[in-house]
Amino acid sequence: MDHLDQLESQSVYILREAFNRIDKVLLLWSLGKDSNVMVWLARKAFFGHVPFVVGHIDTGRKFPEMYAFRDRYAKEWNLNFLKEDCPPMEETDPTLPRAARSAARKTLGLRNTIAKHGFTGVIAGIRRDEEAVRAKERYFSPRGDAGQWDFRDQPPEFWDHFNTDLPPGTHLRIHPLLHWTEVDIWRYIERERIPVVDLYFARNGKRYRSLGDQDITNPMASNATTIAEIIAELEATRAPERAGRAMDRETEDAFERLRADGYM
Amino acid sequence: MNAQAVREQLRTVIVGHVDHGKSTLVGRLFHDTGSLPEGKLEAIKAMCERRGMPFEWAFLMDSFQSERDQGITIDTAQIWFKTKKRDYVIIDAPGHREFIKNMITGASSADAALLLIDAGHGIQQQSRLHGFLLNLLGIKQVAVLVNKMDLVGFDASRFGEIREQYIRYLDGLGVRPDYFVPLSARDGDNLVNRSTRMGWYSGPTVTEALDSFHPTLRPTDLPLRLPVQDVYKFDDRRIIVGRVESGRFSVGDQLLFSPSNKTARIASIESWHRPGKAVVAQAGQSVGITLDEQLFIERGEIASHVQDAPRETSVFRGRIFWLGQEPLRVGNTYQLKLLTRSSPVTVQKIERVFDADSLTDRPGVEVPRHGVADVILRSHAMLALDEGRTLARSGRFALSDGHNILAGGVVSMEGYPDQRDALTVKSQNLRRVEHRVPEAARSARNGHRGGVLWFTGLSGAGKSTLAMAVEQELFARGYHVYVLDGDNVRHGLNANLGFSPDDRAENIRRIGEVAALFADAGMIAITAFISPYRSDRQRAREAAKGAFHEIYVEADIETCEQRDPKGLYKKARRGEIAEFTGLTAPYEAPDAAELTVDTRDLDVEKSIKRILDYVERHIAIASQVR
Repeated sequence: MDHLDQLESQSVYILREAFNRIDKVLLLWSLGKDSNVMVWLARKAFFGHVPFVVGHIDTGRKFPEMYAFRDRYAKEWNLNFLKEDCPPMEETDPTLPRAARSAARKTLGLRNTIAKHGFTGVIAGIRRDEEAVRAKERYFSPRGDAGQWDFRDQPPEFWDHFNTDLPPGTHLRIHPLLHWTEVDIWRYIERERIPVVDLYFARNGKRYRSLGDQDITNPMASNATTIAEIIAELEATRAPERAGRAMDRETEDAFERLRADGYM
Repeated sequence: MNAQAVREQLRTVIVGHVDHGKSTLVGRLFHDTGSLPEGKLEAIKAMCERRGMPFEWAFLMDSFQSERDQGITIDTAQIWFKTKKRDYVIIDAPGHREFIKNMITGASSADAALLLIDAGHGIQQQSRLHGFLLNLLGIKQVAVLVNKMDLVGFDASRFGEIREQYIRYLDGLGVRPDYFVPLSARDGDNLVNRSTRMGWYSGPTVTEALDSFHPTLRPTDLPLRLPVQDVYKFDDRRIIVGRVESGRFSVGDQLLFSPSNKTARIASIESWHRPGKAVVAQAGQSVGITLDEQLFIERGEIASHVQDAPRETSVFRGRIFWLGQEPLRVGNTYQLKLLTRSSPVTVQKIERVFDADSLTDRPGVEVPRHGVADVILRSHAMLALDEGRTLARSGRFALSDGHNILAGGVVSMEGYPDQRDALTVKSQNLRRVEHRVPEAARSARNGHRGGVLWFTGLSGAGKSTLAMAVEQELFARGYHVYVLDGDNVRHGLNANLGFSPDDRAENIRRIGEVAALFADAGMIAITAFISPYRSDRQRAREAAKGAFHEIYVEADIETCEQRDPKGLYKKARRGEIAEFTGLTAPYEAPDAAELTVDTRDLDVEKSIKRILDYVERHIAIASQVR
């Protein structure tokens, strides 16, 4: 088994645990590279069939290329697809900085979706190497009834024994990609030939490294037009992956506050 | 395949007492290997300036605002860096006693560990406990880093002193660290670059030590252990899925599932989007297989080859670390999680509680939070498991209270027999075992025979009080026990019966039959009815076929009337109850009860004890323990 096989095996194990242990599971599909890998891993885990609701919490502000991608692959991959809209900006916490408020819409949208459909598990494609607060996550992370994350008192998790039995009213976040890095994701996309949105590839000297809402996501300078070139670029760079995501850096604890409140 | 993709990765945890410099080590390591993300150094500087403090490397990993404000690592974090040789995942584990659960969460997934000891303060409580826990977690590759050498003037004799002390301590655990490295993490001495201030040291630097360690992969050359994670039926295939924890298998191999003792051959290995059809699988892979027969297999079973199956037992010893808020106590029941199996277990005994400081142990009645102890756990169901020292992954477990994981532990089967033989009916035709459960197998699994404890006596003699207390106590001791309560039975099974003499006799007859079924199913049924007629009790005795234990709860009518817990005697005296046993209807005392408990002489506690002693002597089977 090589490194990618090991990563895949661990993710498949976690997805199967989620399927076995949790009643109503929503797999969040943000249309980015990571959640595409996650859908792909679910198809591996369940032999071509995705036994979860695959949901897109739509801000309405994504790139047109992302919507086209979504509509095509929801059908092609035979997904049990669910689209839910985010509430307007006015409903978010006005004390948050501007871009963070934009992100907070997604948190609210997710909270509403969970309440509306009664989901008890939410699978999200976050990785430890993306951001320092995410580095402290568990594979199975319990959330309060409003989706809050009590990061000061997380349950122990070892030897692949997860805390999967929760009191009613709470839900679990499941993070099957927690142990992957950005480069791992691209190598796996390359090996498995997983489709991704074209925006990741350079056009006119710029490409998107991370995809979010159009108005708060910026492209980076790059000439990488193939996956191999992207991998080579990532091997060389020391710029953080989410450098183009304004919401992470407006204040020192902006991202921590977002996550404590239930942001993915 | 791209050569980069197969680069090796080593997972390393950094442990040690609080403030001995773990987070600083990580920060400096990243800086010196050129692994810091762009802008991170500036961000940390800004955070420090905002707090009016000198530059603090720990802020690289201490990503929570509360961690930075308090200058303490709360939760474990992971971060990636690379040397020329390979990629590393660095796991930072908190050193504060309060966050042991987070330290274990971080350390449990590591291939190797760096354990820091402050050169000035020397070996502290958590230095010892972390060493102890690394051993329990099965982490064999350890480098001890004696940090803050700059604060002791780079003194070789201070380094030597700490090394000798710590080696002596670890010897008691049978652990020998691979390296001792004198270090100044803050200044980077002997971290990536060799120190110019400790010429007396010729061993490896920290990165050289790391590069000499090996990733620990799941062992392919040990016996096959494939725990069943789930069974899928998405299409016409019935696929059994799980991850191979050790060993390997091929299509066509015969598998034995434990503890159900069913066997079948592997018909195929299933997968999606993989080139070709696999015919072999090995440790580490998450697989799906189909069998040549449609066995009923559930999550939790362990598949192995027939000749080197796991052990089967209902009792085992675990060396545990306890994380629960409340202490672990004898008689408490927890949910055992062993691979994919989940099953209740009861703490039968606490053999010894360790003092991690002195490595001495003492007997105890409870294990406190963060304690380490050897405990005997008894399961109601048969378990399949392995000796932890031989097969780590099927020989370790967690305990949970149903919501939270409270403990982890390693199995030791020293002194316990394999119970597989007791369960298997010796027969040429193995398949018959599925359909025939002999009485001896039920007893072996339960640790006791089935039986009926038939309490008889006047109203107010104490039958219900004793029945409920005995049930509670037997349950705590791991017995399958149930009280057939008069009101409950009359609400359901006997709802059509009134209180005429015929109906009363029928009431007792049905209870006798139901109690006999319980006994036959291997359980202990306790009944607490006046049951005044010898003939009724005799019929119940015959129904239970030798498993009937008549317990006469004796008290004379005067005593009972004085107690009158339900006010029934008063009502009867007023004529409100017709045919009240002892007053207006007869009570036929037993002439040869198995046990008589005279509640006039004995208080409740002594009465209970007498009944429990009887059960231990006559219904329990000789314990395998001790």
